[in-house]
Amino acid sequence: MAETILTPAGHDVPPVFTQQKLGWLPWLEPLPADAMTDRHWAGLVDASRAKSAYFMLLARDPDILQFRTKTDKDIFYNPDAGLPRAERELAAAATSRANGCIYCASVHSAFAAHFSKRAEDVQRLLDEGVGADLGERWNAIVAASVALTATPPEFGPGHIARLRAAGLDDAAIVDVINGAAFFNWANRLMLSLGEPEIPPAA
Amino acid sequence: MNAMPTDVIDHLAGIAPGSPLHTIRDVRMQARENAQNSFLALFGTAETADMSRDERFAVAAFVAALHGDARATAFYAGHLPAGLAAAIAAAAARGAGRGPYGVYPSAALAAENVPGPGFAVSTANGAMLGPRLTAALEHAHMLVFHLRDADASALQKLLDAGWSTTGIVTFSQLVAFLSFQLRAVAGLRALAAAGGGA
Repeated sequence: MAETILTPAGHDVPPVFTQQKLGWLPWLEPLPADAMTDRHWAGLVDASRAKSAYFMLLARDPDILQFRTKTDKDIFYNPDAGLPRAERELAAAATSRANGCIYCASVHSAFAAHFSKRAEDVQRLLDEGVGADLGERWNAIVAASVALTATPPEFGPGHIARLRAAGLDDAAIVDVINGAAFFNWANRLMLSLGEPEIPPAA
Repeated sequence: MNAMPTDVIDHLAGIAPGSPLHTIRDVRMQARENAQNSFLALFGTAETADMSRDERFAVAAFVAALHGDARATAFYAGHLPAGLAAAIAAAAARGAGRGPYGVYPSAALAAENVPGPGFAVSTANGAMLGPRLTAALEHAHMLVFHLRDADASALQKLLDAGWSTTGIVTFSQLVAFLSFQLRAVAGLRALAAAGGGA
């Protein structure tokens, strides 16, 4: 069978950045459920991800999916030292806002709002963009994430000095670096292999 | 094939075992190990039916060069035949730019649109690279600099050039992974230069 792209139609496209839960529609055919082997299940890491078109598409190359997911989980979920979870999510949301990934920004802005209890500040990041004034500590994290997101990267000694002045130790700065760097991975997959939708009302 | 570094991020960032930043990276041991496993899954695999070894290192050298990272570019290009490495260097010089830019699909975000150039491999270079790598470099340029311009028709061009659906997934992961790896390296280098971990 000739392989072809998918062209979703008739769905509601999110017009702006939002903290609301979005869906995602693939532009390529996900791995069919009946083609799943043990290696593909290992690639998904969490079996529940078999319900996601995004993860089932990425499962076509199961090894890189598995290692991507394990990298992601440690950068964001490992509670030892470093940056509080809310601010790791802020770095992810700021990166996604700078790159223009509405889907990734929705997920990680909602996490940032949940863990920080600062939903209105997070919404200003979405509404106004990465120049929004969120207070110096958050401004420093957003600016560092945006500088690292530039191609070529523009992250330098000024960003590090500003993060240190805002109270981040070097383990926390490594979390900013990893969080922003990782979302440059995620944003590229989400933006180029499918598109977001506002899910139909249940 | 050249031996692969034990930890390619440390290798490219110049972080030595036992150094302060090495110790800080160990706090996220799963991230460290799985970033390396990701690298090996993409560049050390024997399963290259959907994306050849040369295609993997050629795209990597191109992406590293677009990021302005001379050390990483030399690292990835060092795994290529000389003629292919030269063709990739020429393509990267032609494709140099600054991102992110692009146009949002939504009219409500039009005020934020930053239109910018696409990229086409030169005719002479295209003859050397062939249709698959030509299409891959043109797509990789979009992924590197103006990812918000992505659309389904860009994937159709890859299928038309002979890429399989699974090959496109691997290729997309490779460019996206490098976008992570090169930034982790850039960030850690900057932190090391600022006395990080001391």
